[in-house]
Amino acid sequence: MRCSRRCPGWWSGPGGSRPVEIAAVKLLAAMSGGVDSAVAAALAVEAGHDVTGVHLALSSAPAALRTGSRGCCSREDARDAARAADVLGIPFYVWDLAERFREDVVEDFVAQYAAGRTPNPCLRCNEKIKFAAVLDRARALGFDAVATGHHARLDAGVLRRSADAAKDQSYVLAVLTPDQLAGAVLPLGHLTKVQVRAEAAARGLGVADKPDSHDICFIADGDTQGFLRNRLGVQPGPVIDALTGAVVGQHEGAYAYTVGQRRGLALTVPAADGRPRYVLSVSPVDRTVTVGPSAALEVCTIRTGPPVWSSPRVLPLDCTVQLRAHGAPHGCTATAYDGGWSLALSTPATGIAPGQAAVLYDGDEVLGSATVATAA
Amino acid sequence: MAYLDHAASTPMLPEAVAAVTAAMALPGNASSQHAAGRRARRSVEESREELAAALGARPSEVLFAGGGTESDNLAVKGIFWARRTANPRRTRILASAVEHHAVLDSVEWLVAHEGASVTWLEVDHQGRVHPDVLAAALDDDVALATVMWANNEVGTVQPIRALAEVAHEREVPLHTDAVQAVGQLHVDFAASGVDAMTVTGHKFGGPLGVGALLLGRDVDCTPLLHGGGQERDVRSGTFDTPALAGLAVAATLATQRQPASAERLAGLRDDLVRRVLAVVPDAVLNGDPGPGRLPGGAGPGRLPGNAHFSFPGCEGDSLLLLLDARGVEVSTGSACSSGVARPSHVLVAMGADEDRARGSLRFSLGHNSTGQDVDALLAALPGVVERARRVPAR
Repeated sequence: MRCSRRCPGWWSGPGGSRPVEIAAVKLLAAMSGGVDSAVAAALAVEAGHDVTGVHLALSSAPAALRTGSRGCCSREDARDAARAADVLGIPFYVWDLAERFREDVVEDFVAQYAAGRTPNPCLRCNEKIKFAAVLDRARALGFDAVATGHHARLDAGVLRRSADAAKDQSYVLAVLTPDQLAGAVLPLGHLTKVQVRAEAAARGLGVADKPDSHDICFIADGDTQGFLRNRLGVQPGPVIDALTGAVVGQHEGAYAYTVGQRRGLALTVPAADGRPRYVLSVSPVDRTVTVGPSAALEVCTIRTGPPVWSSPRVLPLDCTVQLRAHGAPHGCTATAYDGGWSLALSTPATGIAPGQAAVLYDGDEVLGSATVATAA
Repeated sequence: MAYLDHAASTPMLPEAVAAVTAAMALPGNASSQHAAGRRARRSVEESREELAAALGARPSEVLFAGGGTESDNLAVKGIFWARRTANPRRTRILASAVEHHAVLDSVEWLVAHEGASVTWLEVDHQGRVHPDVLAAALDDDVALATVMWANNEVGTVQPIRALAEVAHEREVPLHTDAVQAVGQLHVDFAASGVDAMTVTGHKFGGPLGVGALLLGRDVDCTPLLHGGGQERDVRSGTFDTPALAGLAVAATLATQRQPASAERLAGLRDDLVRRVLAVVPDAVLNGDPGPGRLPGGAGPGRLPGNAHFSFPGCEGDSLLLLLDARGVEVSTGSACSSGVARPSHVLVAMGADEDRARGSLRFSLGHNSTGQDVDALLAALPGVVERARRVPAR
């Protein structure tokens, strides 16, 4: 069923002027109901591809209406996605992946926090749902690739940062393997968010001015601590000052704290130097949260678990590393260490928690990703 | 293109389109007292008489409503409230386990909010309620019983007259959702013995969004919609004169043509079933096998236009997507409002396991179906089933 028509590439709009000849393919466009995925599907259609839209139902009990900035999972979002697909004139279906999402993303999120790590559920969703469960189904059904509205560039298998640095999502895609990247199409990489909204408005898509989604889609009220407390129960323990060893407060669950956190510590003993204290480490096993001055948050060496290379390189390697979703890159030298990486940073990073992803870049090109094990 | 989803909605008959179009050009509210109002009222009452005649009811038994869902809600809730008002002990509802959600959810709403209880009437492996199951569930505390005339998913026809007789032995009113039956089966309200019957236009060539509850003259029913009291003080709302004209014309034509149409559709359907089983030998035909007839001259055991299969190893929504891409339009049989396919409660009630329920498809034929539609399905189906079997389970 592969279409052999030749057609121009995506970027004939304001995003750039790089007409590229690519073969039309059968694409499955993942449509969340937001503006990005709607425009991604529109550009794919206009590039001549044979596009089918799917909305992923990720919640087993979706709310009727969207609330605030969260989610892509309400029935209103599903309806917005269907509306965009109908405007584009493409087939549209809803795929129920709530059970897979619960197992692979939500339960993993809870388990990671319970183990004192800080997970990124969006990254996990890309790795396990969008470019695994969905891509596998798509390929089995005869599609060549899955198109999404992520802000990142993907040309000839090379993943790069978005043209819009502020919206760049290459960090949460870096976990994808070369095979997963081969099944991914990212039509928005050359556009800024402002341009995406303009493209949506130009096509009469009602989602053009829909607010951006932030936060974690499956925590409806945005209260992550409350969500974790509900799931893991109250597990009280001491908050300990790293400098003095003294107990300076109590907490109701170490899982609710993340390295670098300052707010919500409810300390009962003031610091000797009178300066703010931050979470330095979290140990769910002995239910201990350790706090200390901001200087103690600075780390220069990061060790990771096994990497996923999207663009394999020989180590040691001078490159940059990004350590959180919208964090600044740090210069680093990456060397092989015990099956993972040891990253020597040229400038200290702060608030680095086990469980976060360390993503290596060469300029704007993504090299690979690994999970932070320790930072010192 | 092959449209095999007439049970969802069948195209409007040209005569019904013409009737609606003509009526839309006429001004007037049928409740007004001037000449324009009288003209509109005449049109509404002619529609009422025509629908009544087509379905074996008296004009005074026709309550127009905004489609099948409203009609089911009105019957289930309204009769429950009226019967409980007459005798507070009557709080139990008997409902078949294979009802449409318009009935199921109305019953469950009464249980959740009105102190009702429910006894779900078991069905056999073909989806049929046996009169002795109803008889065993009847008692003095029953407000009403509701059993659909024919099932929207698997097409199984219920022994409605026998069920009505059993219910009446205990003086319990029986409502039937006959949405799928009109135009496919011989439907006669008076002869069936039921106390209330739901019909809707778009299943037999009339407009969408208009239907009726046929309600016996001696059956009390508390209103859902309050206002002008246009329909026997049981249902209020300005008469939709054009839609009612289309509904009446379609009812007349569908019932006139029903005997010949049913025979033709049953022939097409039997051909479809035979050929599907030939190309996918492990497919399972769900519901009544089809050609047989119910005892006592109650007609066929299966809707003539219905074929419903489970395809082992496949998911229904994969099959639907692949057939849709090849221009063949079918249904998985049931969908919730967000479009997520759930295992069918009908198949589960019939004893199917969840895999069989997930891997099911409904093919439904209607007045303009042809052998070419069946040919198109069969041309696509073998490759589609083979590909769907490669899709990883969720």
